[in-house]
Amino acid sequence: MELYIHIPFCVKKCLYCDFLSGVFDEKMQRRYVAALCTEIKYMAAKYVGETITTIYVGGGTPSWLHENLMDSIITTIKKNFHVSATAEISVECNPGTLSSEKLNVYRSIGINRLSIGLQSANDDELKELGRIHDYNRFLHTFDLVRKAGFDNVNVDIMTGLPHQTIEKLEHTLNAVTMLRPEHISAYSLIIEEGTPFYDKYKFDAVKQHAGMETEDLPTDEESYRLYKFTMDYLAQKGYKRYEISNYARGGKICKHNVGYWDRVPYIGLGLGAASLCGNYRATNLRDIYKYIEISESIENGQVPSSEFSSPYYETEDEVTRKDAMEEFMFLGLRKIDGVSRASFFNMFGVDIEAIYGPIIKALRNQGFMDAKEGRIFLTDVGIDVSNQVLAQFLFDD
Amino acid sequence: MDQSKIRNFCIVAHIDHGKSTLADRIIQMTGTLTDREMQAQVLDNMDLERERGITIKSQAVRIIYKADDGQEYIFNLIDTPGHVDFNYEVSRSLAACDGAILVVDAAQGIEAQTLANVYLALDHDLDVVPVINKIDLPSADPDRVVEEIEDVIGLEAQDAPRISAKTGLNIHDVLEAIVHQLPAPKGDKNAPLQALIFDSLYDPYKGVIVFCRVKEGTLKVGDSVKMMATNAQFDVVEVGYFGAGQFIPCDELPAGMVGYMTASIKNVRDTRVGDTITHTNAPAAEPLPGYKKVNPMVYCGLYPADGAKYPDLRDALEKLQLNDAALQFEPETSIALGFGFRCGFLGLLHLEIIQERLEREYNLDLVTTAPGVVYRVYKTDGTMIELTNPSNLPDPSEIEYMEEPMVEAEIMVTSEYIGAIMDLCQERRGQYISMEYMEETRALLKYTLPLNEIIYDFFDALKSRSRGYASFDYEMKGYMKSDLVKLDILINKEEVDALSFIVFSGTAYERGRKMCEKLKEEIPRHLFEIPIQAAVGSKVIARETVKAMRKDVLAKCYGGDISRKKKLLEKQKEGKKRMRQVGNVEIPQEAFMSVLKLDED
Repeated sequence: MELYIHIPFCVKKCLYCDFLSGVFDEKMQRRYVAALCTEIKYMAAKYVGETITTIYVGGGTPSWLHENLMDSIITTIKKNFHVSATAEISVECNPGTLSSEKLNVYRSIGINRLSIGLQSANDDELKELGRIHDYNRFLHTFDLVRKAGFDNVNVDIMTGLPHQTIEKLEHTLNAVTMLRPEHISAYSLIIEEGTPFYDKYKFDAVKQHAGMETEDLPTDEESYRLYKFTMDYLAQKGYKRYEISNYARGGKICKHNVGYWDRVPYIGLGLGAASLCGNYRATNLRDIYKYIEISESIENGQVPSSEFSSPYYETEDEVTRKDAMEEFMFLGLRKIDGVSRASFFNMFGVDIEAIYGPIIKALRNQGFMDAKEGRIFLTDVGIDVSNQVLAQFLFDD
Repeated sequence: MDQSKIRNFCIVAHIDHGKSTLADRIIQMTGTLTDREMQAQVLDNMDLERERGITIKSQAVRIIYKADDGQEYIFNLIDTPGHVDFNYEVSRSLAACDGAILVVDAAQGIEAQTLANVYLALDHDLDVVPVINKIDLPSADPDRVVEEIEDVIGLEAQDAPRISAKTGLNIHDVLEAIVHQLPAPKGDKNAPLQALIFDSLYDPYKGVIVFCRVKEGTLKVGDSVKMMATNAQFDVVEVGYFGAGQFIPCDELPAGMVGYMTASIKNVRDTRVGDTITHTNAPAAEPLPGYKKVNPMVYCGLYPADGAKYPDLRDALEKLQLNDAALQFEPETSIALGFGFRCGFLGLLHLEIIQERLEREYNLDLVTTAPGVVYRVYKTDGTMIELTNPSNLPDPSEIEYMEEPMVEAEIMVTSEYIGAIMDLCQERRGQYISMEYMEETRALLKYTLPLNEIIYDFFDALKSRSRGYASFDYEMKGYMKSDLVKLDILINKEEVDALSFIVFSGTAYERGRKMCEKLKEEIPRHLFEIPIQAAVGSKVIARETVKAMRKDVLAKCYGGDISRKKKLLEKQKEGKKRMRQVGNVEIPQEAFMSVLKLDED
């Protein structure tokens, strides 16, 4: 079983970001972490006997929290859950929010993987994105991280940025790969509703999608080239792509994320966090004040009544057998080595061909899928248009 | 009832000159309706008619007027459809009248339909009384309009009532003009029966209700009657006259009267507009003149957007046909669109009305193919076929030649736009006939045009090129030999039958190019490149390409929240459901319609 911990705080909101996070002062951060620890204890009591194989602290900017707060989160988890001695424990960090003291605390409490949000090595692009740091600050942070002894580090970069050229991207890729992080995530920029970028680029995003000429964003064709360039560049530098947007060298993949694609059960703790437990997918409520209120009443011995199995849940939906099959396919096929026929059979007691045979056959004929050694996977072209391909694994109603 | 106290008349006008408003006002002023009963426009009782401001089906109303001379008169006011699509129905309605009121807008003056309707009324030997309406408008110029009526139509108009139907001003003058200037009907109530059918309506309880004008003889309850054109025979169950919005039964309809009869008639096609009713045992020697079977002029395919709704569409068409003998349909199949119907209409407005009624009253989501006219294909074996569906065009080697239907169009336009309108007619393959100045600043242009060229968007083009100052009417003028070809559209190398149409060979290239461009906009990108080609025979004359979709945006599955990812995929899948599959290509339903509007931009 895996744990996801959500820290909804940021120094400043990036202009493209629609994740659940906001700017809150330290007092609020303390109250939140206290409430989070209550939820950790509350949920741990329900999963006695489960072994935790990965912990992922995401945000927001978890590294912005004072090290004492991070300490109390991890310590509370370890006290209440049975965490495997070899568990992968990751924390998302932003340049400029780490110090050697903080990193030493991280090491001492067992955090063994850091994910640093760089996005670009070009300062003009970082400014455009509304990031809080420039490239030099990232370099400094990365140096601190290495000096503190972290040997499993991810760097996030983005493609498809406004006015991004192959040259600019190459600069970023070169700068990052020279540092030899173990892992690189390369995501395409998505213009999400409700963000300042949406107001600025929504027309361009539609044009991009329709394959038309754009003003600021790369055209569809250009963003395809940027994405391909990233793939080739990273491959050449020894980074193996193991999932649509994720690359690792030396086999240092992100176990936590792979768990999502493999439908390993996970508990999401904290504001808005999502869980997959048994036959249910659930999400926590998104109102921070309510969240704190619930924890406070639990601390006072009063568990608020709820229609769901946790008072923190806002939604809780059964995953039917059909849902599970769909998920197995559209999540599993994100991995470059795809899904295994045997796992499908073990999970559902039926041959994958009996359910998806015609679709797989059609996609293979079109060159979007291939099969080898008991596995079914997307080809490079299939990955390029994965949404269209994966959508075909959904059942009609 | 004394024949001399009956007036059978109609009101004719150009669209929007106030015909229906005047009819309402007359009904109101004669006191057969209380104000409470008065709907905005009593005669137009279909919702659609009211919204569009046009009268689709003619109707009639009987009203009582106590004139200034102290006598009571019966007025039978017969409302006529105002649109050229329904020209034949108009002519039958006029044939049921003895006189007509001509309404002319005091600001706009005579328009194309004013002329067309007056000529039609005069053709039927009706006495015409002009009325100048809308004199309350600031831009009204009644003196000029009087002059125009006298100059252009040749009707005495100095004493024409000057009214505002909207405010009710001077309506009394109109009522007195009807009594004194329109003739009473003639006819011998003891002669063999001749009653003209000018409309009919299907009622689920009574069967078809036949609207008729008794010209000679008397129509009574219990009579055995036959329709002289269709030979259908019936026993009369009920006769009566028209109240406002209701049927009022009576014992008999003598010569000169307008009324209705029912006879448990199941099919509106047995009682065709224009036919003559006579007695079975003492029939009239001759039917009344002028009957003709109306044939659809415009055909298109109607398909349910949801294939499972095919039986619903059939039921709906059958129901509409009960009331509309001019609507024709027969099943057809299209490779692209599945099962549907090839439907025939009197014109484009008729098509639009039926389409809208199917969508609105029967909740059907429709895909319509490009409307076409009826072509005559003369084959090398000496036979001729009337082609209503382009897909049925014989192989070119079997075709000797083809003919297309022509119209004679009258266009009224202010002089500054004459050039633009002449250009338009030229572009639409028009042949100039004549031009006359109606007055200093307005002219009447006459052109022969192929019907094919005016069914799509001629009216819109006319309005936009004249800034709304041109008006237009037309009548059918038979067939003419023409150089026609079938234009096919190939999507990803496959011919899409629903997009084929017949076109003049000289405009095939232009049309094909525009269709390809339009389809390129409409067809979403697929995982592969899609060529769109326009072809005549085996020759490709235009080509566009929908580029392949290279990449989608890669969504981050954030924090294990996969619900967003799933929603995205569901949306992707949902989008496909509204598409039509042709080979490997999914074509949005809108694409089939969009090609009808090639001249929009």
